Amino acid sequence: MADTTSNKPLEKIHGATVRFTGDSGDGMQLVGAQFTHVTGLAGNDVMTFPDFPAEIRAPQGTIAGVSGFQVHFGDHHIYTPGDKVDVLVAMNPAALKANLKDLREGGVLLVNSDELDEKNLTKVDYKSNPLDDEALKQKYRLIAAPITESTRRALAESGLTTKEIDRCKNFFALGLTYWMFSRDLEKTKKWLEVQFAKKPHLAKANIQVLEAGYHFAETAELFDIAYEITKAKFEPGIYRNITGNSALALGLVAASDLAGLPALYAGYPITPASDILHELSKYKNYNIKTFQTEDEIAACCAALGASYGGTLGITASSGPGIVLKSEAINLAVMTELPLVVIDVQRAGPSTGMPTKNEQTDLLMALYGRNGESPVPVVAACSPADCFDAAIEATRIALKFMTPVFLLSDAYIANSSEPWRIPEVENLPEIETNKVQPGESREGYKVYGRAADTLARRWPVPGTPGFEHRIGGIEKDENGNINYDPENHDKMVKLRQAKIDKIADFIPELEAYPTNKGGLLVLGWGSTYGALREATLRVRNQGYDVSHAHLKYLNPFPKNIEKVLRSFDKVLIVELNLGQLALLIRGKYLVPAYTYNKVRGRPFAIDEMEQVIIDTLKK
Amino acid sequence: MTQQVLTKKDFASDQTVRWCPGCGDYGILTAVQKTMPELGVAKEDVVFVSGIGCSSRFPYYMNTYGFHTIHGRAPAIASGLKIMRPELSVWLITGDGDALSIGGNHLIHILRRNLDINILLFNNEIYGLTKGQYSPTSAKGTVAKSTPDGSIDTPFSALRLALGAGGTFLARTFDKDMKHMEKIVKAAHTHKGASFVEVLQNCVIFNDEVFEPIVGKEHRHDTMIFVEHGQKMLFGENNSKGLKLNRGTFEIVSAVDNPDQVAVYNANDPHFLQTFEAVGGKNGIPVPFGVLYQENRSTYEDDLQAQVEAAIAKKGRGDLRKLLHAAETWEVR
Repeated sequence: MADTTSNKPLEKIHGATVRFTGDSGDGMQLVGAQFTHVTGLAGNDVMTFPDFPAEIRAPQGTIAGVSGFQVHFGDHHIYTPGDKVDVLVAMNPAALKANLKDLREGGVLLVNSDELDEKNLTKVDYKSNPLDDEALKQKYRLIAAPITESTRRALAESGLTTKEIDRCKNFFALGLTYWMFSRDLEKTKKWLEVQFAKKPHLAKANIQVLEAGYHFAETAELFDIAYEITKAKFEPGIYRNITGNSALALGLVAASDLAGLPALYAGYPITPASDILHELSKYKNYNIKTFQTEDEIAACCAALGASYGGTLGITASSGPGIVLKSEAINLAVMTELPLVVIDVQRAGPSTGMPTKNEQTDLLMALYGRNGESPVPVVAACSPADCFDAAIEATRIALKFMTPVFLLSDAYIANSSEPWRIPEVENLPEIETNKVQPGESREGYKVYGRAADTLARRWPVPGTPGFEHRIGGIEKDENGNINYDPENHDKMVKLRQAKIDKIADFIPELEAYPTNKGGLLVLGWGSTYGALREATLRVRNQGYDVSHAHLKYLNPFPKNIEKVLRSFDKVLIVELNLGQLALLIRGKYLVPAYTYNKVRGRPFAIDEMEQVIIDTLKK
Repeated sequence: MTQQVLTKKDFASDQTVRWCPGCGDYGILTAVQKTMPELGVAKEDVVFVSGIGCSSRFPYYMNTYGFHTIHGRAPAIASGLKIMRPELSVWLITGDGDALSIGGNHLIHILRRNLDINILLFNNEIYGLTKGQYSPTSAKGTVAKSTPDGSIDTPFSALRLALGAGGTFLARTFDKDMKHMEKIVKAAHTHKGASFVEVLQNCVIFNDEVFEPIVGKEHRHDTMIFVEHGQKMLFGENNSKGLKLNRGTFEIVSAVDNPDQVAVYNANDPHFLQTFEAVGGKNGIPVPFGVLYQENRSTYEDDLQAQVEAAIAKKGRGDLRKLLHAAETWEVR
């Protein structure tokens, strides 16, 4: 909402990155989500990244308890949640201290000045009030707004307790930013009315505070400028914002629908995968049941039991839970049953950093099981891509009668971006190998295989005439236990050959913008946005560089070697110590350069730009 | 298919049974194969799920659907199957190591959730397939491969564990009495909910005759008691002895002299099983066999289905298109 009554200047910009930070109880995630929403509705492209502590309520006012939500938006394609922050909202000294380093020079520093009292300053070892620091004022555009007091004043007549009033102050901050970016208040007001339908007095209070913040910005002399960002160009269609975990949940519902199979989602609570379970448990009218099991092992086993019964078994977890699922995944490999296993990777090893992200489970997905145990691996590259990845993982599992790994991570799980909602009729059909009732058993072999896919049939309990036994012990083609050395060798190779066959049914790898040249930047998973944007920026500087991103990590696309060999140099960038690089070098003997960091945070575009340029100069 | 009269033979697979000669498992297999045709369930609707261990080879010998899974995990796999296919008759075959050691967690939770699955636990108080290590039910002091100086951990009672976990059908039988086994297997099938049957089973190789002090033919009338809900607790030669309830425990009385003092077994009262598991087999108190505890409680799969139906009644059958659009959306033209 470009306010026409305001006589302050309106500056047109192409994009900005705003980070809301405060105590974990300050409601930063909530206002961040609202800001995102309204920004999407205003026609900007947008990507977000929440950054919250693993502790639910760390001690108030401490660095450990700081929660942040970053929004990057603009009039062009937004690939990442942004590197440097243009506007930092800090609700207390801890938030200021923890986040200031990420604010770009000249950026707006909006601080709740009421919280900078001695007690709060001491908690984070500020010797004096940082806002009095001349250097700080020189470096940033400091706006010290009395957010707590202004909120209290706005709600003086509300009849709410001080505690209740103070819980509204996040909406004051939101109001300030809405003014700053010429946003419409109406959507958020409506949202509050719905959200607090049963407590209209709270809806009213928050709306009052939101408006108070907006008008404060308009009238106070602290704010000297507001921004306007024109709409981004999107493909025509209907859009919504979506996080990776939500997109996975919807993708799984869609996949079960496309396959015409009821689904069981079995899971055990774990960060950052639990949201998939929460979301799916609301969709009981969609032919998908959820089952919170006693442990991770049981979750995978129950999903496999569901698949054995002719329905779609799905389980999800994060690294520490995935390790516990390996025995059941291996049983699915051996019995050749479909199973979708989602790993929302987080920083490890062991408990690691539960809310932080990494791409360190690739080799576990590929090789973390006893015996020769080939499992296809699909990786999502952005929040919205999780929807397609879920459908693709399911398609492969059912078509090839195999467990499939779907790799996501904490970054895309919680980040959001606009998603063009697909037309249901354009989604791919998913076939199964199910034996139909009434089929004759003549010629049927438990491990007989289709010529094109090498997949076995799927006779499910309840089908007359197809009674048979399967299990984890090696079998012959007829499904009988067999310890013969030649048979084992044959079966091990057949199971591998079946997974290799998948390469015939997936798209080839395409480098962007060209399939040959000087440098190929190769990545997989959530680094997509940073790598793509950085590649384009470097290219704009006149360098010969392209980017390819692997969605299929096992098997690789058929043409991967050709693509790799069409470039003078290959640079593999990962948030691990070189897991994809190990595979690429080992399989194709390509001397790849690598760049690896494991900080629990995604790569920044600037950093990637530098790495690409450095590699080009090598 | 379902109309055809089936016999024991229809339930025997073409696989050679490979348990050790004289193993108690043969008897159990025969009893189950014999009982199956009497249950009125079509062969294709029967599924045997097992874990790992000697007992867990069982599904290979049944000509039904069978899934030989992983060590200890059969309850979890069977749960997923039953949740999605509640119409199937699901049987779970396990042993004392499989169910009570590596799979203890899954066992207690399947009982707590009360899925309508029949669990047959072959208890031989030893690890057979790994060639003779003591198990969680081995008596303290058991000398086995891994305990040359005798085991030092206290065994637990499978039935007490199952009771504590909220089991709704708890029974005990043994491998030497076909008739009793068949009766219990049938009762387990009839019970709606998780049925837990402990079968005392002799391992001829590693723990031969471990149950002889209880089930030995010469003295079993004194050491075993076959209880039945609503019937007096009688045992001994010609049922000459009875059990009287005294201060929360059992006392042996003469059923001839004091028939009125003999207590009536109440399978709905958990105290009977609790007491038996505490004092049975000691001081002349016999070990109980039969359906020892039973209660009616709704099953997990039914409750879940009820939630599904309630959701459909409230929101209508899910429409994928609507779901994808169920958020604030905007159109780009």
